[in-house]
Amino acid sequence: MPAHPDSAPAGVIHDIGYRHYDGDRLGRAAITRALFWHSLRGAYGLGRSARSKILPMSLFAIMCIPAFIIAVIANVGALNLSDLPLPYERYVITTQGVLTIFLAAQAPQSVSRDLRFKTVPLYFSRPLERVDYIGAKFAAMSAAMFILIGVPLLIMYIGALLAEFSVVTHSREVAVALLGAAVFAIVLSGIGLLIASMTPRRGFGVAAIITVLALSYGAVTSLQGILRYAQNDPTAAGWLGLFSPVTLVDGFQMWVFDTTSSAVAPPPGTVGGIGFVLVTFVLIGACWGLLNLRYRKVSI
Amino acid sequence: MAVIRTEELTKRFPGVTALDGLSIDIDPGVIGLVGANGAGKSTLIKILLGIAPATSGRAMMLDLDVVTDGSRIREQVGYMPEHDCLPADVSATEFVVHMARMSGLPANAARERTADTLRHVGLYEERYRPIGGYSTGMKQRVKLAQALVHDPQIVLLDEPTNGLDPVGRDEMLGLIRRIRTDFGISVLVTSHLLGELERISDHVVVIDGGRLLRSSSTSEFTRTSRTLVVEVTDQVEAVAAALTDAGAKVERDRRLLAVELSDDADYDLIRSTVARLGVGLIRLEQRRHHIVEVFGT
Repeated sequence: MPAHPDSAPAGVIHDIGYRHYDGDRLGRAAITRALFWHSLRGAYGLGRSARSKILPMSLFAIMCIPAFIIAVIANVGALNLSDLPLPYERYVITTQGVLTIFLAAQAPQSVSRDLRFKTVPLYFSRPLERVDYIGAKFAAMSAAMFILIGVPLLIMYIGALLAEFSVVTHSREVAVALLGAAVFAIVLSGIGLLIASMTPRRGFGVAAIITVLALSYGAVTSLQGILRYAQNDPTAAGWLGLFSPVTLVDGFQMWVFDTTSSAVAPPPGTVGGIGFVLVTFVLIGACWGLLNLRYRKVSI
Repeated sequence: MAVIRTEELTKRFPGVTALDGLSIDIDPGVIGLVGANGAGKSTLIKILLGIAPATSGRAMMLDLDVVTDGSRIREQVGYMPEHDCLPADVSATEFVVHMARMSGLPANAARERTADTLRHVGLYEERYRPIGGYSTGMKQRVKLAQALVHDPQIVLLDEPTNGLDPVGRDEMLGLIRRIRTDFGISVLVTSHLLGELERISDHVVVIDGGRLLRSSSTSEFTRTSRTLVVEVTDQVEAVAAALTDAGAKVERDRRLLAVELSDDADYDLIRSTVARLGVGLIRLEQRRHHIVEVFGT
């Protein structure tokens, strides 16, 4: 019987020497996409150690549990509800503490690590341009935040459909809330990444993001309360909402999508509405611009 | 094809000139770039990678201009920085796969090439452990692997022997030589030690204060200059005039004559001219790349 090439004994290691690669080389766009997916998975600890999954996955669960309870309540026949106990668009403000913790933990994970370990030069010595790197990181963080907000909204929506509430009304409402969620995700990610990119120390990044977001929200909300109720000045109280990203985007979606506001004082009138929309866009643009400026300075 | 070519390349930082009119022209092979700390080695590498702009002058890599074709150059080039650049909390395999993807390799190819490359640089079972626990020698191998994983045409290695003990140093130098001989990849390797690079390089470039001090082949075969250096005992003027009359292009540099070589008959011409004038011929050799050769630093 002639020896067959396939009949070589298994488990033998052959040193076949160096082999050149002559397969596909993907361009900048594909590399940017690969970095996006890598960063998005990283934000939930996927493809990383079990320990890195604990925090993002628990926060994701914590975000979903209230939505699930809301969906169940809607389906309890004895209550005989005709609508969800909480409108979709108010879910973000209600859970903004969880969002802040997620952002504070995962934005530094995404960008500070590359700075701390000085891995950034390895990216920029590859076909990727700096703007691609920033774009991929920004998009991935925004997508991670969007999933964090969007999945609970969809759970509520499914609950509403099972409870046989108006399909048309709820489809419209959830779509609007998802658009609002996208704006929240982009604004919060921009701020989170910008702060995280300033320091290679992860701990500083975490602390700074929590401080900026929680402090601004707490300060704005309490000052709004004082102005509106103690000083009887709802206009000034409304304008104050510009100074916290959460109340800013809340005002944005209230004016653009005509949703109910969750803030102590909503943006005052049409001028206020336009002001909130403009400031939202300026804020996103500023985060993008400053991130680009930051990475131009990164030493290689 | 020249893998690296610079013309009057200058880079000024506020208050300091890192590169000062540097012109080099280098063929494929192992190229040693030697200079003291601050001589401009890292600056040159960054300009060649197209990640730092030059103040003036031109630089080409693989016949591509670094200013206009930076992205295409970086597709074909590997870079190993001098400093630490490895995340401590992932394994060598995960890290190199990611870097392969960042060089444009599809997912499956990235995994295959990573396994191959880590084996070639001499990392085996430990490649599944987090990099944070590696020795300096192992880290240097991972840094080298990420520069090679996408099978570049040339790798730029910035001080790869830094921090290694004598045995590790020899192993790394051997590995660098193999990159050229076994893998067929050109190498630009920097060091502040001339001795260690002369052992493995085909060509050595010495720079100091951003200026070219010396650029020479370490073997006779890589010489590409088409100029003959002629040194005679006497009557330099007369020899120059006679050669010019015979149709050769001659430049005089004190006691030396530089004769442009058009074909092998020029050797005969120089020999007969010198013999006819009755002067002694001290030196007749192909010139190395540059006019002023400063030996020693």
